[in-house]
Amino acid sequence: MIIALRRIGAFSLSSLAATGRACILLLQMIVNLPAVVRRYELVIKQLYRAGVLTLPVIIVAALFVGMVLALQGYNTLVDFGAESSLGLLLALSLSRELGPVLAGLLFAGRAGAAMTAEIGLMKATEQLAGMEMMAVDPVWRVLLPRFLAGVISVPLLAILFTAVGIIGGYLLGVNILGVDQGVFWATMQQGVDFQQDVMNGLLKSLVFGVLISLIAVFMGYDTSPTPAGVSKATTLTVVLSSLGVLAMDFSLTSMMF
Amino acid sequence: MQRQFVEIIVGLFVMVGLLALLFLSFNVSNINSATVSNPYQVSARFDNIGNLKVRAPVTMAGVRIGRVNEIRLDSASYQAQVVMDISGKYKKLPVDTSASINTQGLLGEQFVSLEPGGQQKYLKNGDRIRLTQSAVVLENLIGQLLFNNSQGANE
Amino acid sequence: MTEAENLVVLTDIHLKRAGKPVLDSLSLSIPHNSVTAVIGPSGVGKTTLLELISGRLKPDRGYLLVDGLSVPDLGRRELFELRKKMGMLFQSGALLNDLDVYENIAFPLREHTRLPEPVLRQMILMKLELVGLRGARRLMPAELSGGMTRRVALARAIVIDPVMVMYDEPFTGLDPISKAIIVKLIRQLNSTLGMTSIVVTHDVHEAMQIADFVYMLGHGKVLARGTPEEIKNSQRDDVRQFLQGQADGPVPFHYHADEYLTDLMRTDSEKGGAV
Ligand SMILES: Nc1ncnc2c1ncn2[C@@H]1O[C@H](COP(=O)(O)OP(=O)(O)O)[C@@H](O)[C@H]1O
Ligand SMILES: [Mg+2]
Repeated sequence: MIIALRRIGAFSLSSLAATGRACILLLQMIVNLPAVVRRYELVIKQLYRAGVLTLPVIIVAALFVGMVLALQGYNTLVDFGAESSLGLLLALSLSRELGPVLAGLLFAGRAGAAMTAEIGLMKATEQLAGMEMMAVDPVWRVLLPRFLAGVISVPLLAILFTAVGIIGGYLLGVNILGVDQGVFWATMQQGVDFQQDVMNGLLKSLVFGVLISLIAVFMGYDTSPTPAGVSKATTLTVVLSSLGVLAMDFSLTSMMF
Repeated sequence: MQRQFVEIIVGLFVMVGLLALLFLSFNVSNINSATVSNPYQVSARFDNIGNLKVRAPVTMAGVRIGRVNEIRLDSASYQAQVVMDISGKYKKLPVDTSASINTQGLLGEQFVSLEPGGQQKYLKNGDRIRLTQSAVVLENLIGQLLFNNSQGANE
Repeated sequence: MTEAENLVVLTDIHLKRAGKPVLDSLSLSIPHNSVTAVIGPSGVGKTTLLELISGRLKPDRGYLLVDGLSVPDLGRRELFELRKKMGMLFQSGALLNDLDVYENIAFPLREHTRLPEPVLRQMILMKLELVGLRGARRLMPAELSGGMTRRVALARAIVIDPVMVMYDEPFTGLDPISKAIIVKLIRQLNSTLGMTSIVVTHDVHEAMQIADFVYMLGHGKVLARGTPEEIKNSQRDDVRQFLQGQADGPVPFHYHADEYLTDLMRTDSEKGGAV
């Protein structure tokens, strides 16, 4: 009993301390922003590795999600004679929720985990210490470009997810299920509000981008420099950022809509 | 060589993302009608606005001419005060124009519908529409119907 | 020992790591333009000493001067300025994995200077020639042998022409030829470029071969100091045990533990992690 209490206490304290360290890291990165603007090519390289390489996963996933949504939505709507609203259903669910959330989750699994593993490995093999000895701060040279690339990539990927998902739903709904093409777009345009739906979705994905990227670089940087430590940190990145995205999504949704 | 390749691909990535945003703004949502160009404001008081929301459309003869900007309770009359942005393109709305709250279809969104009057004087920024008709609340309507029927049966 | 003669001066340094005292009133100094070896068994705190000198750790107590500056009191910026005068050779080499040999050596120059590419190239090729790896400049770190890795790391450590180079276990895990190459390079850097060198190692033979001065550490203190000859002739038992590589002696073979018999008789189960 006492032992269990003590475990809970120790866990809470160490999580709190880690959160504090992550916030300090975020501040350090913000302070270093001007330095990385001069070396934007570092960010571009990471944009390639985090954003471009996640793109295929996003496109394939979005196509399938869009088609499944169209199928399920159609089967439900047709009972009410409301299959003309299929486009609206697709566009709203994708732009408000599924686009940002699923793009965030996929990014965390594909790119976030890779970031953590890479930074953790650099720490374990003394590459970060070596950099410090060469009077180069790893926070801005290694962490910040990856963080920024994540923050830029996630909104772009989320928008792409939404767009490709709608196209996937369109292909299935119009070409196979037989919803009228004009009606499909018209109900969508009538019901989707740019500010309310598209921009809020974009804002959400930006928040997710910050969250996931911060967790990913922090976990790598804070890992204990052993193989076990790096693998644990990688797992934690995926678990924490996925849970974080879902929890954050809930609170953002309740504030926005 | 290698670096140029990476830069080009990343450039493409960003471009495709922005194109997707353009697609969402013009093909998926109605970015044009979301804003009212150089609007002027008129208000109206309703006994009951039903489910009317801020940003709901304001129409005349079925054509969208503005949007609801603000809804609040007028604490003196206990009526709902609805402030509307009307597009500057439609300056000549007679002062005796009437406003009613209608529903798109049976269960759709509610909107404000304006009915033109016959006077030669026109509404200006800040004016109030005096003739209003409240929202039709479906539940009340059904209730009234039942009430009338039962009264009829009693007689 | 005046400050003018010494590049590094440690006075009465105390340091605990994970609650355990590692350095306990350690005092030593490193003269300019010399090769100083710090020897001692593994775990005695040699790497820790280098981390202190380079400002990656702060002592709990004591004075630590490098080039006249008190390292523990330096701000981050001043510390980074000081580090530009230091080179460090890590045991693992610590090369950046995603850059090839040439770019690894170019790294400190690209970060700290805005030299035009041809000048950069000349400087890099010069250092690569010095360590004999000019032909390997387009190899990736994963393609290098242990000895080559360390030579590349050395070239990188000296590419910004530091005043001082620290070597952490530069001979460990190398074949005899690679060891001899590293010994030759350290001496050569000292004699031709006048670089002050601190060599931290448990390889007694190479340390004696290379050093002008030797410090032997034990129990967080300096056990013996002097020229290689003086150390070799030391009469202290613990020093002799280490130099001659005997398994048991004043430094016990056994890690501290309960008495063997009581330990065997205990009945509670031993729990450990699984692989
Ligand atoms: N990161 C660390 N955290 C806690 N203790 C450490 C750490 N690194 C080293 N130590 C401890 O400090 C002592 C000295 O280590 P080190 O300087 O690496 O020895 P050496 O380089 O002489 O082999 C060892 O007892 C080791 O257990
Ligand atoms: Mg060591």
